[in-house]
Amino acid sequence: MQSRMIERAKQLLADGTVNRVIGWKKGEFAYDITPAVFESAEEIDKDFVYDDFCGHNLSKYLIKESRKEGKLLAFLKPCDTYSFNQLIKEHRIIRENVYIIGIACDGKADAEKIKAKGISGITGISSDDDTFTVKTIYDDEKISKSEVLEERCTVCKSRKHAVYDELIGDEGEVNENSGRFDMVTKLENMTADERYTFWRNELSKCIRCNACRNVCPACSCENCVFDNPNSGIAQKSAATSFEENMFHIIRAFHVAGRCTDCGECSRVCPQNIPLHLLNRKFIKDINELYGEYQAGVEDEGRTPLTSYTKDDCEPSIVNERGCK
Amino acid sequence: MNETLIPKIGVVTDIRIDTPDVKTFRVVTPDGKKAFEHMPGQCAMLSIPGVGEAMFSITSSPTNTEFMEFSIKKCGCLTSWLHQMEVGQQITIRGPYGNHFPVETDLKGKDLLFIAGGIGLAPLRSVINYVRDKRENYGSIQIIYGSRSKDDLVDYQEIIDEWMKDDGIEVNLTIDREQEGWDGHVGFVPNFVKEVNPDISKTVLICGPPIMIKFTLGALKELGFKETQVFTTMELRMKCGIGKCGRCNIGNKYVCKDGPVFRYDKLGELPDEY
Amino acid sequence: MYKISVEKLDDLFKKASESRTIYLPVDKENGAKFEKWSEGKKLSNALNTVRSAKDFIFPQTENLADFRISGKNIEVRDAHEELEDFVIFGMRACDARSFEILDKVFLAEPVDTYYKNRREHGVLVTIACTKPSETCFCQTFGIDPTKPEGDVSAWICDGEMYFESNTEKGKTFIESISALLEESGSEAVEKQQSETKEILAKLPLKDVKTDAFGGDKLNELFNSPKWAELSESCLGCGTCTFVCPTCQCYDIRDFDCGKEIKRFRCWDSCMYSDFTRMAHGNSRNSQLERFRQRFMHKLVYFPANNDGQFGCVGCGRCLSKCPISMNIVKVMKTLEG
Repeated sequence: MQSRMIERAKQLLADGTVNRVIGWKKGEFAYDITPAVFESAEEIDKDFVYDDFCGHNLSKYLIKESRKEGKLLAFLKPCDTYSFNQLIKEHRIIRENVYIIGIACDGKADAEKIKAKGISGITGISSDDDTFTVKTIYDDEKISKSEVLEERCTVCKSRKHAVYDELIGDEGEVNENSGRFDMVTKLENMTADERYTFWRNELSKCIRCNACRNVCPACSCENCVFDNPNSGIAQKSAATSFEENMFHIIRAFHVAGRCTDCGECSRVCPQNIPLHLLNRKFIKDINELYGEYQAGVEDEGRTPLTSYTKDDCEPSIVNERGCK
Repeated sequence: MNETLIPKIGVVTDIRIDTPDVKTFRVVTPDGKKAFEHMPGQCAMLSIPGVGEAMFSITSSPTNTEFMEFSIKKCGCLTSWLHQMEVGQQITIRGPYGNHFPVETDLKGKDLLFIAGGIGLAPLRSVINYVRDKRENYGSIQIIYGSRSKDDLVDYQEIIDEWMKDDGIEVNLTIDREQEGWDGHVGFVPNFVKEVNPDISKTVLICGPPIMIKFTLGALKELGFKETQVFTTMELRMKCGIGKCGRCNIGNKYVCKDGPVFRYDKLGELPDEY
Repeated sequence: MYKISVEKLDDLFKKASESRTIYLPVDKENGAKFEKWSEGKKLSNALNTVRSAKDFIFPQTENLADFRISGKNIEVRDAHEELEDFVIFGMRACDARSFEILDKVFLAEPVDTYYKNRREHGVLVTIACTKPSETCFCQTFGIDPTKPEGDVSAWICDGEMYFESNTEKGKTFIESISALLEESGSEAVEKQQSETKEILAKLPLKDVKTDAFGGDKLNELFNSPKWAELSESCLGCGTCTFVCPTCQCYDIRDFDCGKEIKRFRCWDSCMYSDFTRMAHGNSRNSQLERFRQRFMHKLVYFPANNDGQFGCVGCGRCLSKCPISMNIVKVMKTLEG
């Protein structure tokens, strides 16, 4: 896959279709990969990588990159294409400045899960089907990839690209039975007190680094209300512990109906807070209240929360559901 | 222990309207004294609890034994609030912070040229009045001051009532555009400096908007001034005032602690990030 | 040198907590975390805590003063906390060094009394590392993880924990638990140290060097064209800053509680867009400038102001936590390359 991507990127650069390529650049070890823009075949040969650790959603970078001079080649995984479409719908990306190559993805690995197995001193990781051979300065270890998949990949909603100009690899399928709402259901079945305890415990770990917001493709405001000193709620760290919770709750409300469930928020959280559960709760509610809806499937049209119909549920439903 | 982050109470005893967007506030402690002693060019943190805290240069001279003054331009949240205050309002004050103009060393015995633009006169006023009060220690004084309009000249009354009447002080005023009731010079400060053509033996103290400083410095160089003759005072975002919160640095120098006063050649050694 | 059987550590914690609060790393679902010791809590074997130990002396949020306002009048109240003595039991060498770096900021004149207050009440018991990870590069900054600094150094080998005090504070602490300790030779410790050193020599980042950095390279490094490529993917979040044991920038803010106004300080990040924003402009408008500031601070400005000491301890937290895996090691390697 990587070699086909490199080959195609070089062709498109050479024939002038694009002047830049956004992809991933290899790091020091095996897993510390950085999104990067490549401007030449030499740069690509030197550093371009696509492997099990390229989880970063590149779509958000396209807000900035698509405003630059010339056309850009972007390699997008299925879930990244949903974010791309959503950003097109929100007029954040200039479509004609991006050439999309859809790339197949069979799930990305989470380096923290590898380390959590007690594996340390990692100097290299090679994969063979489902088996990772982890080279370390201690003993080499073999683990199965499925054990160390990112959470979002264990409940992958779609291997089908929502948008592309060309594809490398086979077109996948939407997975209707991903089980991604199972944990939400579990939370819904808790008592209000249990749920409150669960979220207070999780959100109290927040260090207000803003990584979730800054990585989120739906968080594309030019000046976030939490950064605006005139908003009255601009806080870095909170004066009271409840304010941290407010940050996440407000953010979840703001991305409701627009969140494609790409899972970047939880991937980047340094405190491992399962932030995606807040968003999935909204998605599940929207599905139940307004009919099945997946943000990012289309790049135009109204969304359930931005279109009013006389058949919409009454606002009191929130109250009723809250009393369950 | 020096509880430097905990402020003292200051009472605003007088508010003077200088220009449409500049007011000068007189501040003393609740028992009517000066909050602390300072040197010309030093700053203080003023705050309205719940609104914010910010660094302001002390515009009164240290030789004033009764009170401190701050000339403040309305431009943000805190300054808007300060502009709405009435006499008798308490604020908080802490300081003094930073270094000061070298009035007792480099400037002593020298002919001085002050160049200011707009609210940039505020920090220089402290030095001007200090030098006026210790007249015997300094040579001639020349002041070149410009603003957008006549109404925007800060301390205009003090300039014409006191400074212009002093012996050995030359005041050259300019405004950006022609205005009814103004028969003085019209034009921007950098060009005015060239027209005035001051003696290049003078030591220069300059303060104003960055763009004015930049072009004035060019004008001074054209006239033959060296960077070692020019002192300026900087302003960057500050929170602590004591070189710890980490935001007002230019290179390894903290404006709140190593500044705000810099000699131009020294500033030139630092990265261009201000 | 003194020792105690690891099995008897609970007794030690019990005894020590008679006079002080004991904090130690304990294993949680997502890595080790410092917690107050209570019966049943076990010392973690993890290489390091997810959050650094700086929370103890420079907490994320801290109340500085309270104000009450009535009419035109303001009343100020000092909000320094009454602190009890505490022990941080099980810090690593990197975090111990970070305290020395923070001291240089907060204990420099004018002394930060909130910090000093916490610092004086704490005893640092450090534990030598035996299984460093690929992200470790403390050696780059002259830190010896086999002989960690702190008031007391400790080693765990073959079921025994060995102690050696380095300061008066450490001595007092050892005395307070001496009933549980027995005197010991240092052979086991020395053996462990030489074994660990063999591992250190194999670490992938062992060759990261500081030669290209320091106060004398200020303008050369500031003006390097490589900052553009290094910072291009930076999200501008504060993860690196907040997991860093030496990052000390802070903000001061007011919070209106209704009855009174609390002035608190909280961690801030030079990576944030509003860090240097003023009503009339921003001295670091782009992410490139903000990114550059963070690394220039650690690799150039800090050593320029502190006798060549760098503002990094090589703990590797930013290496594992940065959402895009951009970090000080990559910055150093790129800038010197």
